[in-house]
Amino acid sequence: MIFKKLNIENKKARDLIPQAITILALLSVIIYFATNAQINMGNRGISFGFGFLNQEASFDITFSMIEYDGSHSYGRAFLVGLLNTILVSVIGIFFATIIGVVVGVSRLSDNYLIAKVAEWYVEIFRNIPLILQIFFWYFAALRALPLPENGISFNDISFLTIKGWYVPKFIWTNFNIFLLSVIAAFIAIYFINSYATKQREQFGKQLPVTSISLATLILIPLITFLFLGVSLTFEYPVLKQLSSTVYTYEGGVSIIPELIALALALSMYTATFIAENVRAGILGVGKGQKEAAASIGLNKNQILKLVVMPQALRIIIPPTTNQYLNLTKNSSLAAAIAYPDIVLVFAGTALMQTGRAIEIISITMLTYLTLSISISMFMNWYNKKMAIKEK
Amino acid sequence: MIKSIKTWILVGFASLLLVACGQGGGGAGSKKSKTLDNTKKAGFVKCGVSQGLPGFSNADASGNWSGIDVDVCRAVAAAVLGDADKVKYTPLSAKERFTALTSGEIDVLARNTTWTLSRDADIGLTFVGVNFYDGQGFMVRKNSGINSVNDFKNGISACTNTGTTTELNMRDFFNSKNISYEPIAFEKADEVVQAYDAGRCDTYTTDKSGLAAQRTKMSNPDEHKVLPETISKEPLGPVVRQGDAVWEDIVRWSLNTMIEAEEYGVNSSNASSLKDSENPAIKRLVGSEGELGAAFGLDNEWSLRIIEQVGNYGESYKKHIADTGILPNRGPNQLWTKGGILYVPPAR
Repeated sequence: MIFKKLNIENKKARDLIPQAITILALLSVIIYFATNAQINMGNRGISFGFGFLNQEASFDITFSMIEYDGSHSYGRAFLVGLLNTILVSVIGIFFATIIGVVVGVSRLSDNYLIAKVAEWYVEIFRNIPLILQIFFWYFAALRALPLPENGISFNDISFLTIKGWYVPKFIWTNFNIFLLSVIAAFIAIYFINSYATKQREQFGKQLPVTSISLATLILIPLITFLFLGVSLTFEYPVLKQLSSTVYTYEGGVSIIPELIALALALSMYTATFIAENVRAGILGVGKGQKEAAASIGLNKNQILKLVVMPQALRIIIPPTTNQYLNLTKNSSLAAAIAYPDIVLVFAGTALMQTGRAIEIISITMLTYLTLSISISMFMNWYNKKMAIKEK
Repeated sequence: MIKSIKTWILVGFASLLLVACGQGGGGAGSKKSKTLDNTKKAGFVKCGVSQGLPGFSNADASGNWSGIDVDVCRAVAAAVLGDADKVKYTPLSAKERFTALTSGEIDVLARNTTWTLSRDADIGLTFVGVNFYDGQGFMVRKNSGINSVNDFKNGISACTNTGTTTELNMRDFFNSKNISYEPIAFEKADEVVQAYDAGRCDTYTTDKSGLAAQRTKMSNPDEHKVLPETISKEPLGPVVRQGDAVWEDIVRWSLNTMIEAEEYGVNSSNASSLKDSENPAIKRLVGSEGELGAAFGLDNEWSLRIIEQVGNYGESYKKHIADTGILPNRGPNQLWTKGGILYVPPAR
């Protein structure tokens, strides 16, 4: 033993030394790469720094949720890209979850047709590479949409065309009051819920919580419309001719086809994995649990809600967290179809225009890391909430 | 004894740092060219090209690259290695190109790249010359009723490539005309063509040579036309890494040789027979007078090999751009003696 030779008998010191060596080796490797990069960049006349974030970006972006044009800074362009990434991820996660749960439950259906359709859906969509699905939705499916002048009209207030989906724009007055009322409604619902729980636990009384909550959510904001001067009008998209054969829509909001295609592809693809998680979760709950629940007189809905789902969720949540993370990271394939996410806008255009590869790629990686860790943390919190509470 | 371990680690750590410095330190300042040595050792020129732009750099079905940008790399290979075919082509997107060059993945970037101040000065690149004078234009559908950029109206959607000067020029142009527009920027040229062809956008904007070349890829090329206006200057040329002056000179003078050869009427078929020419300028071009190659550490036949194996600029242009129907008219890319702006410093 080398440690014996070195006369290190103290166990603590023996345990620490290998760790210290590992950390030092790791540090030296990092410093080696950093120094090497710095020296080589210096030799080639490449400067390093983050000052460019304040420079004028001077390129425009198709679609942005905050005010942006080329006169804003690269930092602002980063924010636009980040918000677009978050937007498509949230939409994707929302629909992937809904489709995934429906398909997962359908696979267990007693109805042969429904079960088979769900099975085929899963097998087809999870076995085709995501990038091909994105191309399919963008270049094949959306290409079949008509030009603006022949747009598919929904009651003349919304139009689906190859240039995007034009929907009415909401124009609010006193939006703040409305927003506050919605928040107030949610707080009220929280108290109603805890009151109902207390009633049930103490007196065994079942209150119609869902109906009461729904009524609160509708009534409180409604009051602001009637008495507090909140109003909502719509601006409808109108066809506009630009030249003899070129048309577009003016007014309203345009949901760009890139967003539609990407959200579709991401949610259809990820839903297959979530569906399998849901199926595994439900199958993972012992048959005896359902039988026991039935024997104490719970009805079918109550069995699902009170007995099966709480146990199934514990199995479903951890792998589904992975799928949410995958979806968020997969949204970086957006660049292929010109959806202005953080990779296209920041790690693409901004990188090209400034040439600051190391800075921009590091920022982008850190951003994805932060996004992923945030989702993980939220899901871990949710998982803990759903876990068995040992009393 | 813990101390001695610490000392070892410190020594190891310090030597690692020294190695790091040693590796990075070489190259700058000395007359020798690291890139040239590496190229000779590897036996091929590492050349970055486009992912397929007819006339400039395009691969045929069997993977053979051709085009006027490709010819720059072939010229360098002929000069340095004696064989124009000894080139390894790396197709790059607009976004990847500069990083590929500064990181050493390629040694010459010949990929219809616009020479601008910030690219030249700020990100470790050096432009060595111009092999095509271009300008940005717009393509529209013939039946659109748009006959000039003055017919553009608020709300027009424009497709282009991301990571290009085109994206910036487009904004300058629409802003100066006070037109609001929808910019849609794709990573690959093929995707821009597909989206424009499908009707996602009303106009497609890039360098005019690019428009002419990409039009051939449309499902029905005759339905499209390029508007007459040119909204920017786009001098396209080969690029090298900053910091290797000898390599920079080799690439610059390989291109200059092709242009000067055309000026003096030296071409691939008559070059070797002009060794005894009366004109000293021609004799220098074909290597029978002077010791010009020695300046870069090459032999004296380097320029003769370029002309014999690759041809002069006129031959290259005719073969790749004119005869393919992309831009039959040479426009500004004509010699200065014939009304164009191609003018290179003398090789002497």
